[in-house]
Amino acid sequence: MDDGLKLDILKHMITSRCLEERMIKMAKSSDGFFWIGGAGEEGFNVPLGVLARPGFGPEYDYFYFHYRNSGTMIAMGMDPRDEIRQMHNRATDPFSGGRNFCNHYARKAWNVMPVTSTIQTQCCIAPGSARVQKRHGGEGITIVTSGDAGTAEGDFHVGLNWSTLPGWELPILWIVTNNEYGISTSFYEVRGEPPISEYGRAYGIPGKRVNGFDVEESYKALQEAMEYVRTERKPFLLEVSVARLFGHSSSSGANRVPPEREPDPLELWANRLIEEGLITREAYDANYQSETSRMAFILEEVRKEPAPTPESAFDHIFYEGE
Amino acid sequence: MANMAQAIRLALHYGETHLGVTDIFGEDVGPPLGGVFTCTQGLEKSWNTPLDERGIIGTALGLALAGQRPVCEIQFVDYIFNTIDLLKVVGNTHWATNGAFKVPLVCMTPVGAGIHGSIYHSHSFESIASHIPGWKIVLPSTPKDAYGLMISAIKDDNPVMFLYPKALIRAKGEGVIPGVPDDRTLHKMIDAPSGPTLYDIMSIRENWKPEWPEGLTDYQVPIGKARVVRSGEDCTVVTYSRHVHLAKQAAAKLEDEGIHPEIIDLRTIYPWDKETVFESVRKTGRLLVLNEDTPITNFGEHILREVMEHCFYDLVVRPRLLAGADVPGVGLHPNLESVSVPQLTDLMREMKALATEIA
Repeated sequence: MDDGLKLDILKHMITSRCLEERMIKMAKSSDGFFWIGGAGEEGFNVPLGVLARPGFGPEYDYFYFHYRNSGTMIAMGMDPRDEIRQMHNRATDPFSGGRNFCNHYARKAWNVMPVTSTIQTQCCIAPGSARVQKRHGGEGITIVTSGDAGTAEGDFHVGLNWSTLPGWELPILWIVTNNEYGISTSFYEVRGEPPISEYGRAYGIPGKRVNGFDVEESYKALQEAMEYVRTERKPFLLEVSVARLFGHSSSSGANRVPPEREPDPLELWANRLIEEGLITREAYDANYQSETSRMAFILEEVRKEPAPTPESAFDHIFYEGE
Repeated sequence: MANMAQAIRLALHYGETHLGVTDIFGEDVGPPLGGVFTCTQGLEKSWNTPLDERGIIGTALGLALAGQRPVCEIQFVDYIFNTIDLLKVVGNTHWATNGAFKVPLVCMTPVGAGIHGSIYHSHSFESIASHIPGWKIVLPSTPKDAYGLMISAIKDDNPVMFLYPKALIRAKGEGVIPGVPDDRTLHKMIDAPSGPTLYDIMSIRENWKPEWPEGLTDYQVPIGKARVVRSGEDCTVVTYSRHVHLAKQAAAKLEDEGIHPEIIDLRTIYPWDKETVFESVRKTGRLLVLNEDTPITNFGEHILREVMEHCFYDLVVRPRLLAGADVPGVGLHPNLESVSVPQLTDLMREMKALATEIA
């Protein structure tokens, strides 16, 4: 990784974190309702966004995210304003027009498929677009993210099976971010046979565990896995250790967890770059502060944008032509 | 006249060659079998899936989101229940994304009793389907309608559930599908040769190819348009799917007694053709809704409610619903099946009472 890239990743991680922190504040005020997000996953999710190829159509990557991929969306170029619009359920929310929770992205121009709150259904849907890419050729791949708890759903295994049908092995990068909890239930309480990275073995899918707190390791593992999926046109499974720095969601309080229980990938990466002399502590703090202020400023503007009208609930039930 | 399986197959062939259908898939849908009811024999775009309904519905959605036009099959509707949340996602995607993504897919699946199908090959689904917003729901009763509704379903840019009556899959109907030759010729052209075992079928069909009729058209039955099967003035029977034929039989018998029922084949239950129903009720003042789904929160109850709201003062006697029995399943023995879904005698009794009740 060159220095420029390292600093870019740091920048996206800060933006993503400040966005999540602002949305948490919104959930605790009258500016928003439920919050769920990706604070603690940035060490992996930002490199994912940096390496991904967003665009429209099978030449580009298709994305089936869960609701903790804010870092990926920011790294791919999402304006944080759009996510604040969704959190504030404005009519201007480009993903759902005020209909869906925050971090439920949908962006056709980038092949970002609609995020749904239904856990793991994305694993059943992804083989559809991956099949299109298999037929189309090229290097576009389908990237699916989910959490560790969701791997208990049959849908996870549906996806693994459908991505390995003889002659129709699919270019899918399966990513499981493992924060060791499903809301309050420990992963180890409800699973007999970790690691998840080995689950693909029954289907002949190679897998790897990645330390998602280490940006460089994440970046390198993603590069290798993507290279395999892009060129072999076959699936690969990554299990990534991550944190939930504010717990599961606003329903569990969205308070900062004790630092000794879950490390902060952003702090680790910032310290590393400070040690390497790529940035000073002062510059980092100033950057963080300025992003925090920017989010507050964006919210002020977004507050002035229109709310969806009651009548608009009846729009787009069916597609009725351009 | 083609039977319903042939009609569906012909429409799918037209779809894959003229309407951009990219995938026709499901359990045993591809070669060598071409569907347990033969609806997908010989189709270019057909393929077999794992025995996995969730994967089928999910993949259909993924294909549609990526700009394809898939037709998927759930082998029997009795096995669609484990996909309900995916059906919800399919139905709400266009709305949830505020119109950004459209979902042009067709899910075809056989429904209803009538083949001694016992507990898990006899389900109806339309009432439950009507609780899953974002889908259009069609139920053909004849081969010609099956063809026309399938063409409309394929052309629609929204998800369409195509519920076809398995009991009528071999029945021939009135009317000719444009471009389809006579029975014998059609059979020779498009029905795959069979054999006593799967191995024979595999070897017989290895080099078999259908010869598709050349004059097929995009003949459509518009979604949301009912058909008045028979005009009458003494009572209105609103039904769909295989019970259209039962209603016709009953009407023919009642004719001898001087009773002239009007029969409406709804053909689509979402969106349903209220105007045609209301018009008939305004004429006869007497309404029976007929189907074989279980009776509690039956789609027919919805029709009755709408009729009460819009035609209350046109009714001269109480409107009725004749539906399946309130039992957990259709039992195998004919005694059990016949008491669980409306039979000709039940229907004649209801229609006669309806038509003759003193106003």
